[in-house]
Amino acid sequence: MSRELLQTLTWLAPLPPLLAFAIIALFTHRHRQTSSTIAVGAMITSALLAFIVFFNVIGMPDLGKYPIRQSIPWIPTGETFLRMGIAVDPLGATFLFMVPLTCSLIFIYSTGYMASDPLYSRFFAFLSLFGGSMMGLVVSDSLLALFIFWELMGFCSYSLIGFFYRKPSAYKAAVKAFMTTRVGDMLLLLGMVYLYSQTGTLNFFDILHNEEALRLLAETPAVLGLGISAAGMIGILIFGGTVGKSAQFPLHVWLPDAMEGPTPVSAMIHAATMVSAGVFMLLRFFPLFQFAGHDNVAFTIVGVIGAITALLGATIAVAQYDIKRVLAFSTISQLGFMVAAVGIGAYIAAGFHLLTHAFFKALLFLGSGSVIHGVEHGHHHVAHQASSGSSGSHGSAHAAHEEHEKPQEHAEHEFDPQDMRNMGGLRHRMPITFWTFLIGGLALMGFPFITAGFWSKDEIFADAFHAMNEGNPLALIVFLVLVFSATLTAFYTTRQIALTFFGQPRSEAAKHAAESAPSMTIPLIVLAVFALFLGFINVPKDFPVFGAVLGDGAYWLKNFLMSGLVEKEPTIPFNIIPVLFSLAVVAVGLGLGYVVYLRRPLQAGQTDPVEKLGGLFAFLHNRWYFDALYRAIFIQPMQWAADNYTRLVDKGVIDAVLEGGYRAGSVVAGWFKTFDRVVVTGISDLIGNTIRDIGREGRELQSGQVQNYLLSGLIAAVVLIVFFLVFSR
Amino acid sequence: MDFIKANLLTIITFTPLIGMALVLLTPQQRTRLIQWGSIAFSLIPLGLALFMWAGYDITQAGFQFRQQAVWFPQVNASYHVGVDGISMPLIVLTTFLQPLALLMSLRIERGVKAFFALFFLLETAVLGCFVALDLLLFFLFYEISLVPMYFLIAQWGGQNRRYASFKFILYTMFASLGMLLAIQVIGIASGSFDLLYLFSDLGRPFTGNNTINALFEDANTWKSVAFFAFTIAFALKVPIWPLHTWLPDAHTEAPTGGSMILAGILLKLGGYGFLRMVIPLFPDAAAQFAPLLALLALLSIVLGAFAAWGQNDFKKLVAYSSVNHMGFVAMGVAAAAVMAADATRHTDAVIAASGATLQMVTHGLSSAAMFALVGVVYERAHTRDLTQFGGLWSIMPIYGAILIFCSMGSLGLPGLSGFVSEFMVVRGAWPALTPYVILAMAGLLVTGIYILKSLQKVLHGPLGEAWRHHPLPDIHWTETLAVAPLMVMMLALGVYPLLALNVINVGALDIFRLLP
Repeated sequence: MSRELLQTLTWLAPLPPLLAFAIIALFTHRHRQTSSTIAVGAMITSALLAFIVFFNVIGMPDLGKYPIRQSIPWIPTGETFLRMGIAVDPLGATFLFMVPLTCSLIFIYSTGYMASDPLYSRFFAFLSLFGGSMMGLVVSDSLLALFIFWELMGFCSYSLIGFFYRKPSAYKAAVKAFMTTRVGDMLLLLGMVYLYSQTGTLNFFDILHNEEALRLLAETPAVLGLGISAAGMIGILIFGGTVGKSAQFPLHVWLPDAMEGPTPVSAMIHAATMVSAGVFMLLRFFPLFQFAGHDNVAFTIVGVIGAITALLGATIAVAQYDIKRVLAFSTISQLGFMVAAVGIGAYIAAGFHLLTHAFFKALLFLGSGSVIHGVEHGHHHVAHQASSGSSGSHGSAHAAHEEHEKPQEHAEHEFDPQDMRNMGGLRHRMPITFWTFLIGGLALMGFPFITAGFWSKDEIFADAFHAMNEGNPLALIVFLVLVFSATLTAFYTTRQIALTFFGQPRSEAAKHAAESAPSMTIPLIVLAVFALFLGFINVPKDFPVFGAVLGDGAYWLKNFLMSGLVEKEPTIPFNIIPVLFSLAVVAVGLGLGYVVYLRRPLQAGQTDPVEKLGGLFAFLHNRWYFDALYRAIFIQPMQWAADNYTRLVDKGVIDAVLEGGYRAGSVVAGWFKTFDRVVVTGISDLIGNTIRDIGREGRELQSGQVQNYLLSGLIAAVVLIVFFLVFSR
Repeated sequence: MDFIKANLLTIITFTPLIGMALVLLTPQQRTRLIQWGSIAFSLIPLGLALFMWAGYDITQAGFQFRQQAVWFPQVNASYHVGVDGISMPLIVLTTFLQPLALLMSLRIERGVKAFFALFFLLETAVLGCFVALDLLLFFLFYEISLVPMYFLIAQWGGQNRRYASFKFILYTMFASLGMLLAIQVIGIASGSFDLLYLFSDLGRPFTGNNTINALFEDANTWKSVAFFAFTIAFALKVPIWPLHTWLPDAHTEAPTGGSMILAGILLKLGGYGFLRMVIPLFPDAAAQFAPLLALLALLSIVLGAFAAWGQNDFKKLVAYSSVNHMGFVAMGVAAAAVMAADATRHTDAVIAASGATLQMVTHGLSSAAMFALVGVVYERAHTRDLTQFGGLWSIMPIYGAILIFCSMGSLGLPGLSGFVSEFMVVRGAWPALTPYVILAMAGLLVTGIYILKSLQKVLHGPLGEAWRHHPLPDIHWTETLAVAPLMVMMLALGVYPLLALNVINVGALDIFRLLP
């Protein structure tokens, strides 16, 4: 296919979902079925367009050097223009495959999951905008275009996290997500403006594929005398955006609350769109970090933040009961893995893990949604039985929630369908969900050889180990932290699967849970296939058995992505030690999980063994108390300032001074008045009563006041002028 | 047709006065006729303005559609009008907002005739300011514009209208006194009030031998005074902190249509004044004092946002958001001023000035929409207290969707116009005012907070107790009609900013081309 045609298709790819949003919002929002059909159809169309581009460009050997790109003038800047448009390079191409595929599956799943929600059309409208924005982000050719879609996604996540807008916890989570990511976005905006000021463009390829521009950035010292290069500072500022969007420490606090939205939204946010966007952008700017030097501050910051986040997420996930919350913290932790990998220069490993993670995390979230759906079904079944004869709701909890707000909110306190302590034994009731969830869980742990997660995690370990051997102290920290976090990952994933699916049901609802509809289980199966086999796109060449079997197919992803970098990453020799670590991590974590949770499954009413950790459990369960800390040191003081600013400053100082000036003017005017009465009135006898009467009437009317105003104004003006005359001499 | 083309600016400026006359000739009891007739009539200036836009040649520098006539020969002031890339979008914005503001005034019941007549008078006055190329002519229109607004607030305003209207007119009159003085001194020095002459090498008032310069050892003395006289007048209009305290009162008390014009148009006279007069007339003084202006702009952005966050009156929140947003106009002006004197940085200066101009247009759209939407809910609930609302999205779904859209426009969400202008201002200001730009991000952050706060208080949560038994009807079609064009423009400029920027860019280039 010709490049021109591919350009056109790339332009078209993000459009269908964006149009679907407009069509649903403006025209079809009253017709549920039509709306969801339009949304799903648009997303699939978009996916097909993207696949055509993807399968055409992977055959292009020179794609890295000459990406598919086209742009139009967007903002005139004096004699020149800031342009923006579309581009597909190797990195973008891989996302052009992953994003629309996972989005389409999530859309299809949603038709089942949201079936009984009264705001079904609205849901699909926002979901379409979300998917379309992510597609737009992937094909953006410049940071400005990327930022536009980046922010649109922020808006979509705000709208969808707060989808159940009547629930205070939902809209609070929505505001939290929007504001926390906005902190990062402001840094990103500064980075963007700085980059633009330095280079005169925001086009990725004009900057990041241009050795000269990169070198210049690396040699220019940063503004404000910070002692680092412009490249380093721009990198750090841009990384600020990643920290917000990809929920890295210290801006990770929004992501766990984001599951207040319907579960398909969690899958969108945690897998296909939001958090992937952050790492995607970081990978885009990888050359900037490279040229700033491997031992520079920017790389170090990225590596340290990633390692902290990986550890933070993994430890907190151990001590959570909510099935989605465990997954949320595991996302944070896994994103930390990717960011840490970027920090030690492992570009391919980070991108690879991002891809595999998107599939297995989408699978896990949709699986957890299926579990929740099933348990809710069981709960309604039980409630229906108990109140036989009364009009029990046949719909899902959402419908009940919308229609009978109060009773449902009340009921939620009694029974939480997301609490894993209320589950157990679901593998018999929900077999498809169980098997797919198991596959997802194994991929998350990095179960050797048969899951995608193993290959991508192993790649990170291998790179970290190699860099460590080369004497990079950061890599040593990253390697140790990641090994520890990965062990925890295997442990908490085993715990989650055991609590949810094994043992005996610990509630009536779990006893009566039912498998979900095919519209929900089919996407699970498709995702499970990818969670198992996607890893084979990037098996190391020298890996025993697998490397030989794959032959030329080994390191496919690496070879493909590497062609897009100016400064290539060296291929490291195969080393068995990190692989042994990978195996040990799973063995220890899984083994521990088996001993604690699988051998003797939790009984109803029994306390979870992790609570035996006491104070540590409380610390972890309360997420290291970050929320309380932020509330105390940021939110409350700012709120106080906002609440009191007007009273203290505007009224208390500015208006007080001005009104004081007015009063002083009035006093002076009073003297004039006295003068008027004593002197002028005396003379006025000569002039006659008539004129005096008019004058008095005039005074009594408002106009007297206007005179005062003008007079005081005039006096002030004279004072000011005299002041400046003196001042400027 | 040729007649129209030859006198286009004059016709656009004074057509509203014909509207005013027609309104005054219509009998008071024919309310409907006055209302809809006015709305229909107000489309004429809009059509003419669009015609002018289409006829504007962006390949040519300088003022176009110029017209000059003898007006006040004794002092050498003439009726001189013209339009360039800076004033063009503001003229179109003025004529665009007029019918929308009138549409939002259909619920005015008392004194309909006077109300609509004053609106037309206001339109002519504002248009006059934007087209005037003579300082005295500008000042005349500038002062006239205060009168109808004063009456609109004082007669049709809310509870506190007397205080608010007095504060409004007192502040503005006070500030313009200094400017009048400065204009006169400049007129004496140069022997002309004509801006084009004053911009030319021959007419620059602060150099060469003239009566005023002869009075001072150093021309900088009176130049600084004149600079501050202009600056204070326009800073108060923008408004820039700490001269902003008239605004929350005036905006909150004005009737809905009045608030739309006040926030949408009248504030722009300040930003326009900076770009049209302050920077070209006093480039070096402007560059010298630009850091101060930038500091005050920063305070407007940050403190305006905090103040908006602290409000529980919906309309006051929106009013304070103007301080926040117009702070970016001031920031852009400051950046343009810093770099105006340095020919190597004109690209940055052009971006900053274009950004400031686009921000004025953008704020005109979003603030007008927000005031209209506050009016819609106030009309129904008879309260603006945010703590009493809640959950209105479930009973006013269309209103909710429109409110979210416009709020996002106000927040500067990319894809809508506010983002483009803020980005350009930040980009233009970055090289010269780096620390200020960094600190201004705190203001942008809080912008998000107050916007989300208002959305949450109005739309989210369980339905407010008061509205369970007193259902509020959803937005009326006339109200939708008034807001929809604003939404379309926000989206259009957000997706394809070139629509306005190709003209604005030419105007910004001209500003710096004219400098000595």
